[in-house]
Amino acid sequence: MAIEGFVAIYIFMLAGFAGFEVISRVPVILHTPLMSGSNFVHGIVVVGAMVVLGHAESTAEQIVGFIAVILAAGNAVGGYVVTERMLEMFKSKDEQKKGAQE
Amino acid sequence: MNFIVQLSYLIAAVLFILGLKAMSSPKTARRGIVWAGVGMVLATLVTFLHPAVQGLTNTILIVIGIAVAGGLAWWSGRRVAMTEMPQMVALYNGMGGGAAAAIAGVEMLRALRMLPEGLQSQAQALASDAGISMAAAEAALRAEGAGSANIASALGADVAILAILGALIGTVAFSGSLIAWAKLDGRMKRNSLVPGQKYVNLLVFVLAIIFGIMTFFTDSILVVTLFFALGLLFGVFVAVPIGGADMPVIISLFNALTGLAVGFEGYAIGNPAMIIAGTVVGAAGTLLTQLMAKAMNRSITNVLFAGFAADTQSAGEALEGEMKDVSAEDAGIMMAYAERVIIVPGYGMAVAQAQHKMWELVELLQDRGVEVKFAIHPVAGRMPGHMNVLLAEAGVPYDMIYDMEDINEEFAMTDVAVVIGANDVVNPAARDDAASPIYGMPILNVDEAENVLVIKRGRGAGFSGVENALFVGDNTRMVFGDGQKVASGMVQAVKGL
Repeated sequence: MAIEGFVAIYIFMLAGFAGFEVISRVPVILHTPLMSGSNFVHGIVVVGAMVVLGHAESTAEQIVGFIAVILAAGNAVGGYVVTERMLEMFKSKDEQKKGAQE
Repeated sequence: MNFIVQLSYLIAAVLFILGLKAMSSPKTARRGIVWAGVGMVLATLVTFLHPAVQGLTNTILIVIGIAVAGGLAWWSGRRVAMTEMPQMVALYNGMGGGAAAAIAGVEMLRALRMLPEGLQSQAQALASDAGISMAAAEAALRAEGAGSANIASALGADVAILAILGALIGTVAFSGSLIAWAKLDGRMKRNSLVPGQKYVNLLVFVLAIIFGIMTFFTDSILVVTLFFALGLLFGVFVAVPIGGADMPVIISLFNALTGLAVGFEGYAIGNPAMIIAGTVVGAAGTLLTQLMAKAMNRSITNVLFAGFAADTQSAGEALEGEMKDVSAEDAGIMMAYAERVIIVPGYGMAVAQAQHKMWELVELLQDRGVEVKFAIHPVAGRMPGHMNVLLAEAGVPYDMIYDMEDINEEFAMTDVAVVIGANDVVNPAARDDAASPIYGMPILNVDEAENVLVIKRGRGAGFSGVENALFVGDNTRMVFGDGQKVASGMVQAVKGL
């Protein structure tokens, strides 16, 4: 799917506003988890890495594409695990007790 | 099939934005990461159906890459201690930037491979049409300029520009994040690599830009390789001089940059999910970086180019007055008979793993009717909010934890302020001494409390290397020792009453 010219600029602009809006009213308590969460979200780069490795034809392209997949998968999975662990701490007291009983 | 792929990307993009939105409130935060995770799994799975993904070898390589790197990342992310989270974020972020740059690398390699083929087929057509030899046809085409085809003409000018920009940003984020990781992990302590670092940085930056422009017009693999190498070098040079409390800002900046690089490469390969997710992170990360820099009263350019460490060497005057110390037991008793206590935790508490003992102490104090609050400086720990995470881990409910602006006026009405493992963020020099390198950074006004207890390992200066006037204040008592042992001593003393 080709996204060209002004359509792309509109997408960049609107996505940028969405990003600002999402963060604008966030308590300090969540800054680190949110930074970590946004770090996970740009792990979507794994999709692009899969596509370029998928259509690689020469050995050089395959090597660089494979490096891209490795790095991107590390970003996505590591980002998720770390964020999830941080946010686990934000269970309310009731949930923590429930967890302890189980 | 392509319809399913594109629809799934759309759903994933929506899930990412909703997930991030949910992550900005403590109540819904845990739901948010799960939504974003579902989006990621969906997007990854449908990409196997993407028309561009061809060939068994490539598919197998993709599966192996995801399985091995994903497995290692899962294992390392699970294993790492809570105090080491910031450097893990830096590490994973760097990998994302590197991936974006590698995507650009593959696209450029493809473009370079196309060039001679393009010329050959054109020459073949010309040769058969005009009835001349191949060599003559090629020479004719070259003379017309067709043979000077370059990356820009192979990819299209718009794609080439964004791919090159994304590659530059991605390489800088990659090597810079790795340096940030090494510094936070204590593997690297130096603050400069070459004399006149600032000017060298500028030179490398200009060279990287020049080679970026050359890459646009080139058909040579050498130019492309040098361009990537200069990007990596610049990332290293930018990150090395940064230290002290500026570290979180730079990690957040690299995070935003990686987002931007991902967005640009998304355009280069026509992937809307990458464009949207990358740009959202780029914008959100930029705002977050500004919030952090503002919390320290520094601008981003200041953080990047001033070199915090260089400033501190010239400053740090000797302090007048002496530190007065007190035993942990006496300090505990002092707290037990207070009415209002505010605890100011810093990274040192986390390193000593004292947060659990501190919470035990606080629960005991609360049973005695003491009003206890936690005060968190925006950059306490190694990242904004890092301390909140550590306290939450110990079981401290988040409604007991106050931000600097909300609690700063209460110190004057507080009987005992307890500083554990924090230093620069409570240094009154930042408020009073214009010559101090941290002058202007907002601080917690701990020195206004009636009594101040400082739990500290030794007598040295803090993370930034600046002497702290609070420690020699008349109302300050130092409790020297390991945070956890001191907290245990306090718990024993309060229990014994």
